[in-house]
Amino acid sequence: MTDWRPATAREALAARASLLAYVRAFFAERDILEVETPCLARHGVTDLHIQCIEVPDYGFLQSSPEYHMKRLLAAGSGAIWQISRVFRHGEAGHRHNPEFSLLEWYRPGFSLDQLIDECAALLSPLLKPVAVTRYHFRDIFHQHTGLDPLIASASELTQRAKHNCAPDGLDKPALVDWLMATVVEPALAKDQLVVIDDFPGWAAALARKHQDHDGEWVAQRFEIYFAGYELANGYHELTDAAEQAARFQQDRQLRQQHGQRDMAADPHLLAALQHGLPDCSGVAMGLDRVLMAQLGVGDIRELLAFPAGRA
Amino acid sequence: MANYSTNDFKPGLKVMLDGDPCAILENEYVKPGKGQAFNRVRLRNLKNGKVWERTFRSGDTLEGADVVDQEMQFLYSDGEFWHFMHPTSFEQLAANEAAVADSAKWLKEEDNCQVTLWNGVPLVVYPPNFVELEIIETDPGVKGDTAGSGGKPAKLTTGAVVRVPLFVQTGEIVKVDTRSGEYVGRIKD
Repeated sequence: MTDWRPATAREALAARASLLAYVRAFFAERDILEVETPCLARHGVTDLHIQCIEVPDYGFLQSSPEYHMKRLLAAGSGAIWQISRVFRHGEAGHRHNPEFSLLEWYRPGFSLDQLIDECAALLSPLLKPVAVTRYHFRDIFHQHTGLDPLIASASELTQRAKHNCAPDGLDKPALVDWLMATVVEPALAKDQLVVIDDFPGWAAALARKHQDHDGEWVAQRFEIYFAGYELANGYHELTDAAEQAARFQQDRQLRQQHGQRDMAADPHLLAALQHGLPDCSGVAMGLDRVLMAQLGVGDIRELLAFPAGRA
Repeated sequence: MANYSTNDFKPGLKVMLDGDPCAILENEYVKPGKGQAFNRVRLRNLKNGKVWERTFRSGDTLEGADVVDQEMQFLYSDGEFWHFMHPTSFEQLAANEAAVADSAKWLKEEDNCQVTLWNGVPLVVYPPNFVELEIIETDPGVKGDTAGSGGKPAKLTTGAVVRVPLFVQTGEIVKVDTRSGEYVGRIKD
């Protein structure tokens, strides 16, 4: 029989509605402009590990509203926010649904620290963490694996990952991802907002890079975890158009090496960066995950009225 | 057989791993922020019943295994092979000792069993959940005893030994739960 019913309890629908109202009030209070940008656009993203869903004759469902929001910022919008539905091919599991709700906002003039504070201000009343703790990626990774992700050799990382039953043939970034997902993330304090910053330089994507205290290049990027869930990903945004174009080009080479389809760099975004993106920090927060953490529900499908498979 | 990617790894899917047919039990998708995605998969090796835990990069593929579960009637054993018949095609298949394994002690002629076929050959034989078998040997018990007082061992026609209440005697037919190997009750004609 066709299962037409929603997958959620009514309480979960109500909790989502309250969360949306709370977020809207939070940004209204700060006088940040709510915007809407397209879900469907000509270009997708070049990221090696994000696969956009193609819509024939139209382009791609957007995996994040980032490019369009940056075009607004370059045009002088000032601080903006939105909740958008975003789409990622093949991402389905207890914590992933191919379509999900992303809260994204940008703050011209904000440092990464200021934006982290604002994230904590948004999340704390919802999740009631006992503390906000901050680590550099290198330090927390070393603490739980005994290896420095930037300096350790691929063979040392391979050996450590084998210990945790990793698949064969992973390159260094994939080994670090593996250990992060299977060793570090499960060990993070569950009752605190854990902020991890200074990601490895290869994981900078659209964030600026700087040299850390050892002179290693790291990304001005942070992630926030609570109760074992990865909730948010923020950048001190890269404004250098040439650097961004070079990273897109590098992504395309990586895609080719990994046998993935080529994705053209979005010329609109690059043109906007050339025009000039104001110095800003921005963050994307998975609202479904926030709801999971808030309600202590371990399966995202219980919080979506119609998860993939029923949609 | 078709190849299946990690996205298709639903519980129950049969795939080949290290040369053995396996059934997917659980498939957990993990992806650290913007990084490489993985699938942590638990599989049951259908040859030996062992549970394996493996991790794949998302998008990796495994070859499907031609494994089907078929209800078949047990005909007889010739000592080396156990012979089964398909209920509609009447085709007969022989299962070897490895496939029958511990189930042998529950197999009674004409009983219907679940047989897992791999490439058309019996891989695992499951006895019915409940079987009715005659006791061929047990110590005479004390009259008036009731179930639950410890009981005594009783040997059945198939060679299985189960604990039965003291009042149950040789020649009687008993019902046994093959999953636990426990006596359920007496069958009175």
